[in-house]
Amino acid sequence: MHPAIRIERVSKQYRIGARQTSYTTLRDKIGDSLRFPFEKLRRNGRHGHEEIWALEDISFEVGRGEVVGLIGHNGAGKSTLLKILARITEPTGGRVELYGKVGSLLEVGTGFHPELTGRENVFLNGAILGMRKAEIEQKFDEVVAFSEIEKFIDTPVKHYSSGMYMRLAFAVAAHLDPEILLVDEVLAVGDAGFQSKCLGKMEEVAQGGRTIIFVSHNIGSIQRLCSTVALLNSGRLCALGKASEVTERYLQMGVATSLCWERSDPPTEDVYFRRVYLADEASKDLEYVTTGSSVAVVLDLVIAGGHRNLQLSVGLYDGNGDIIFGTSPLDAGLSSPTAPGRYRATVLFPPELLLPKTYSVKAFLFLAGSKIFDTASLRFPVQETASLYNITPGGRAGQVAIRCDWRVEAS
Amino acid sequence: MSTTSSNSADAPELATPVNRSPAHAGPLQRKLAPTLPNEPVAIIEPSRAWNALNLRDLWHYRELLYFLVWRDIKVRYKQTAVGVAWVVIQPVFSALIFTIFLGKLARVPSDQIPYVLFVYPSLAFWTFFSAAVTQGGSSIVGSAHLITKVYFPRLIIPTAAVIARLLDLGIAFMIMLVLLAYYRMPLSPSTLLLPVPLILGILLALGMSMLTSALNVKYRDVSVALPVLVQLWMFASPVVYPSSLVPEKYRTLYELNPLVGILENLRAALFGGSFYWRSLAISAIFTLALVIYAAFAFRRVERSFADIV
Repeated sequence: MHPAIRIERVSKQYRIGARQTSYTTLRDKIGDSLRFPFEKLRRNGRHGHEEIWALEDISFEVGRGEVVGLIGHNGAGKSTLLKILARITEPTGGRVELYGKVGSLLEVGTGFHPELTGRENVFLNGAILGMRKAEIEQKFDEVVAFSEIEKFIDTPVKHYSSGMYMRLAFAVAAHLDPEILLVDEVLAVGDAGFQSKCLGKMEEVAQGGRTIIFVSHNIGSIQRLCSTVALLNSGRLCALGKASEVTERYLQMGVATSLCWERSDPPTEDVYFRRVYLADEASKDLEYVTTGSSVAVVLDLVIAGGHRNLQLSVGLYDGNGDIIFGTSPLDAGLSSPTAPGRYRATVLFPPELLLPKTYSVKAFLFLAGSKIFDTASLRFPVQETASLYNITPGGRAGQVAIRCDWRVEAS
Repeated sequence: MSTTSSNSADAPELATPVNRSPAHAGPLQRKLAPTLPNEPVAIIEPSRAWNALNLRDLWHYRELLYFLVWRDIKVRYKQTAVGVAWVVIQPVFSALIFTIFLGKLARVPSDQIPYVLFVYPSLAFWTFFSAAVTQGGSSIVGSAHLITKVYFPRLIIPTAAVIARLLDLGIAFMIMLVLLAYYRMPLSPSTLLLPVPLILGILLALGMSMLTSALNVKYRDVSVALPVLVQLWMFASPVVYPSSLVPEKYRTLYELNPLVGILENLRAALFGGSFYWRSLAISAIFTLALVIYAAFAFRRVERSFADIV
């Protein structure tokens, strides 16, 4: 029996120059053709453009009903591969055979129009995702029930909170019914409660015998959903196999270290982080982290609009993205700032907390229980130096080290 | 602390991955197997220089075309005080303005027909044509968020932009009937031929829209230049003046403009004049060639849309 998806020697080339400037003007083009009159004839390679291979020689098969996770660092080619499978972009070489109707969820809420009501957007979005009108009509009540926003279904979505918007968008996506489903990290939306509902829905879909390719950074959800995992690195397939083994390999590959996060895109909300970084006790930037370092997380943030109940929090996560603990200014009896202005918040972790592992730190700005304004995350390995006693072979057990008070006495 | 603390509730669950491959997939796979086709439903390969139009794919996505048109129309008049009444007001007002300035003040001849009646149908058509071409031209770039996220035949986008404007054209021609009745203009058998120049005009708008929308992806100059060119085109076509105003020696050159044949014959059909067969034939040949070329050229470049839009 043949598979659901057969990928044969697929590769994709981008011209970096062409991508970054994103479009040329006619004047440049005319100028170019005067200067390089034979350019067109030679066909290959434009001047001043570096070519990169986003994907090189990828081959694998996905069996029917199989749920395959696609992992790799940023820029490894995961999204490019997904876009090729979804027929959004064309491969430069190779061939893909798809044995079934393909539905892709590269984003939830594609094509949502703010002026249209929730009801109208369900139909529009459904049609864009490839559903038939009759099919949408038939599933409409189910979609609305899943989204939990029955009351607002005839309100234009521009009046929705971002949470409601995401709920409705995901509800439509969740009722997509293709034979092959391509999913790109759309679960990274909404509050934790809704996220786990989405993940649950994905599991249901996966168990329904659908063939799924699932791209995610979250190793936890990959392990929860996928039986097989493909690992991409710099555009090449470097491992394919059982989920537990491949994710292990991914984690060992060494992660990109980021000790400092700086806003690169313009903020979309009026409350946002400017810079989040790791520092020592004196608020000086850390260049590396050791088990002996004292580690502080410094948050530079801007509040441009007033929001009561604005909350600030920082979480420490393990290499899988699972939370170890979270903390907020309330721990020190302080409240988070709410008045407009620029602020710097510093949280100092207890000394000798970290083990020689990879951690990530996430900072959140949110309204309690409803809306997340901004998040920033750092990820870093910790090098081992003289620190707490290590009595277990293979390193001190657990996620963090906590020096506890002991008393041992003869009795 | 809502974010972080509720995450931690998930943690134990996430930490114990369930390997569901053999147990679950087995029986379901067997149940599902017959429903999956044995031939590939789609094959993805680097395309050749010229591709088939793939009309079957277009037909398959006809409902999306319908929804995009419906969205355009619905959104256009949301948050406007008089709503769809704009469809009526627009051509009527521009007809009045041209009647006052060109008809009354400049005394532009109008083939022995009241100027307002003379100018209204061509102006109504022009309102449709210029809106369809300018909006069609920027339609692909304007739909970048769709093109980079979802597959569907890209030709649907400029087509929807043109079709969405047909509503305006239809309503404008209803008003035309009122105007004809008011001026007691008798309808002649030649009115039955009205669809010929109209359909040619719509196809011309479609061809232009496909061509310019594809060009605009790579050269954004197009959407800037387009309104100016369309304006120029209006004065190069018999919209607000009769084609009889053009000296006979330039007539052949003039007829190379496909809109000349369309507009002249539009009037001929409405006002019972004799048809200009030569200009109509030129328009028809030009328009059909343009639509076919534009569709294939569009298919040729559409593969790079998602990468550069």
